[in-house]
Amino acid sequence: MKPALAFLLMLGGAANAADPAGVAPVSGYEFMEPATRQLQDDDFLNPAFFLLEQGRALWDQPWPDGQGGARSCRSCHGDPETGMTGVAARYPAFDAESGRMINLELKLSREVADRLGAPAPAYESDALLALTALVALQSRSLPMAIDVDARVQDWVDRGRKMFETRRGQLNLSCKSCHEDNWGQKLRGDTISQGHINAFPIFRLTWDEVGSRHRMFSWCMDSIRSEPYPFGSDEYLALETYLAVRGQGLLIEAPGVRR
Amino acid sequence: MASPILVLILGLTLAVGPRAMADPTLSHPPLTDQPGDPVRGLAVVRDASRASCLICHSIATLPDRDQGGLGPPLDGVAARLDAGQMRQRIVDARRVSPDTIMPPYHATAGLFAVGAKWVGQTLYSAQDVEDVVAFLMTLKD
Ligand code: HEC
Ligand code: HEC
Repeated sequence: MKPALAFLLMLGGAANAADPAGVAPVSGYEFMEPATRQLQDDDFLNPAFFLLEQGRALWDQPWPDGQGGARSCRSCHGDPETGMTGVAARYPAFDAESGRMINLELKLSREVADRLGAPAPAYESDALLALTALVALQSRSLPMAIDVDARVQDWVDRGRKMFETRRGQLNLSCKSCHEDNWGQKLRGDTISQGHINAFPIFRLTWDEVGSRHRMFSWCMDSIRSEPYPFGSDEYLALETYLAVRGQGLLIEAPGVRR
Repeated sequence: MASPILVLILGLTLAVGPRAMADPTLSHPPLTDQPGDPVRGLAVVRDASRASCLICHSIATLPDRDQGGLGPPLDGVAARLDAGQMRQRIVDARRVSPDTIMPPYHATAGLFAVGAKWVGQTLYSAQDVEDVVAFLMTLKD
């Protein structure tokens, strides 16, 4: 076993005995095999980077503005490298317009529809994953920093309840695995703390890129619990709780996981 | 009118709740008349598509890679438990330890948000349980 992981596991033991929330969060990266980490460490090897070409094309894609001109993401925000720095680290955020939380995917989809007048890209479509990856990349190595006010706290509380509720035919909660048993072997996987700082991720098991909400559905499916729709209030609450639970973790998007 | 004793027992049960009723020595009678088949039980245990015990447990004599580490190793389990206790743990381990993470393999009550595909079904059939118990009873050391 790697010394670093052994140390984390010791921490895990101590944390499980005392207050799990009192320990600094550990990224899922630390639980990956060296070969998987290398894929994430090198942008030329990272399979998620294929999607970024599509993201850049969409960023520049002009749509008629109705006055004989054209507009694109670029025409308002300039280079993604400058215009989008730190944005992903702040999401999900409270959206006053709808009175609910909005995450990066839903925000980007709405930008495309409302500002460009283009068809809103569907959740989990290549187009939306590509745009999300492009924007999230501009927060790489920045800490997740969610602004929590009373309105957001409501969603955090609700998400926490979801995280801790046992569900499905296997009668497990997210907490059963990602808080009470991280570091343990679940068949071929080492269970991580279940953080969301690397999304969208290229998951080797999927052989493609997926969003946070897709991961939630995968975990629910594996305990034979009924998944919720992508973008649902339930998943937004879960995402908000997990973002706050992982505050301070550095963004790794687009990440690579087993 | 119910007898005062019955009322007292009911009252106690409600006050104490299911947690305190959990009992590590609890035993479950056989679910079928057909004796368990240990060879078939082994196949059931190893079947990864059916919430395999090996997700969480390990059995050193099996060649399977990637065995789990969330529960105790099952080597020698037959020396620790008799068939009735073994069956109880597989049928519904919550009756043995209320906070267990071990899934109930032959119970449908007290579950939340079970996927539509699985509602009302148990992980293992009655005969699956008997076969798995028969296999586990071969793990003497
Ligand atoms: C039976 C165990 C189990 C349960 C219950 C479970 N997960 Fe997971 N989860 C896993 C495994 C295994 C992985 C892949 C390895 C890893 O990253 O932990 C994973 C991965 C994840 C990841 C990705 C972590 C990363 O670093 O990219 C997230 C996020 C996650 N789970 C969230 C959840 C949520 C939310 C729930 C509840 C709906 C949940 N999990 C329930 C086993 C579980
Ligand atoms: C999600 C994890 C998980 C799965 C899957 C699981 N178990 Fe367990 N099992 C546990 C844990 C944890 C314990 C420790 C005691 C407790 O918490 O009930 C345990 C305890 C046991 C015991 C008692 C062991 C002893 O030494 O006293 C037996 C027997 C057992 N399990 C058999 C099985 C069988 C057979 C299966 C599959 C049909 C299975 N388990 C599936 C987690 C699991």
